[in-house]
Amino acid sequence: METSRRTFLKLGGLCTLGLGSFRVLDAFAKAEQPKYTANVQALTAKRWAMAIDMKKCWETGAPGCKECILACHVTHNVPDIGTRKEEIKWIWEEKYENVFPGQESGMEPEAIREKPFFVLCNHCKNAPCTRVCPTQATFKRADGITMMDFHRCIGCRYCMAGCPYGARSFNFRDPRNYIKTELNPTFPTRDRGVVEKCNFCEERLGDGKVPACVEACKCKALSFGDLEDPQSDVRKALASQFSIRRKPELGTEPGVYYII
Amino acid sequence: MKIYDGKYILVGLVIFIALASFPIWYSHGKAAPAPDPKLDTPVIKQMVNKQCVLPKQEMITGHMRLLNDWRTQVVRDGKRMYVASDGKTYEMSLQNECMKCHANKSQFCDQCHNYAGLEQGVDPYCWNCHIAPKENK
Repeated sequence: METSRRTFLKLGGLCTLGLGSFRVLDAFAKAEQPKYTANVQALTAKRWAMAIDMKKCWETGAPGCKECILACHVTHNVPDIGTRKEEIKWIWEEKYENVFPGQESGMEPEAIREKPFFVLCNHCKNAPCTRVCPTQATFKRADGITMMDFHRCIGCRYCMAGCPYGARSFNFRDPRNYIKTELNPTFPTRDRGVVEKCNFCEERLGDGKVPACVEACKCKALSFGDLEDPQSDVRKALASQFSIRRKPELGTEPGVYYII
Repeated sequence: MKIYDGKYILVGLVIFIALASFPIWYSHGKAAPAPDPKLDTPVIKQMVNKQCVLPKQEMITGHMRLLNDWRTQVVRDGKRMYVASDGKTYEMSLQNECMKCHANKSQFCDQCHNYAGLEQGVDPYCWNCHIAPKENK
């Protein structure tokens, strides 16, 4: 069959049009997709962060107060295994030398060296745990929360090796039998073989509530809010006092600030 | 025709056939009862318009895909609400939304899952972590 250059170009043009129409069809098909939306009450931020005013905690809080830890464990069905090796930690106590290694002068006041600091996942801007996770079970949300998808976790524990703050715990055994607090029926437990950690109460933020530890603290030592909003609680707390972060030399950019 | 050691061979054959066909004749006429998921929880009984998130047939064949999509939306994209085709809004949560109506896990979920051989501890393992509502048995 003889084809002139002219008819060839015409056919070519028609074919391109035909292929292009698939995109148009796709757009129409998408209009009928189910709709997923965020809760209207949900709290939103550009980057969630927390300031822990340890001075306030020690000075105005009751001695040995662990309301924040308890509230967290009740909210998230955190088990108490009973041994240090298998301990599950979301928010816990640690001594100064372990919280700020390399930053100690050795000449700190006795009180600072001996008093407990509250530590939790720092929700780092450059979170090493999310970089090493082979299944992307742990990932950064747009609002700065380092999130865990327990469904995806295969229990390889790379994230635990990657986290410089020891904020991650592995479930060596079924945690259900070790939950000493009353079971919260609105939050799942975890399964044997997954890693868990603090989630900045993302499920509460989604419902318009601040994290459980912040709410539970009687002396308001914990401030929570959007780091990019100068009017937020956390920015106000940080603007008036000097604060430090854990292991700044690593460049992880923690989202948890300590006022000492 | 003569079979050497015929006696033994025949007896052996009979025993072999009896044993090999054991699963067939043992379970003959004892078919497992068809699954019968119950929809008679108090919450469902009170509903005027007994309608789930999707039409019944779609839920039967596609609930696992729906739940997986919900997981993706909630956990990975932080969207917690689902707007159904009838305009009703649902919280995308197995534990807090599905089980509000279907509060009878053993009479609902387990009915088909057990029938299909997906007993607890094998698959689906939703309930290893998600907490099923307490049932009055």
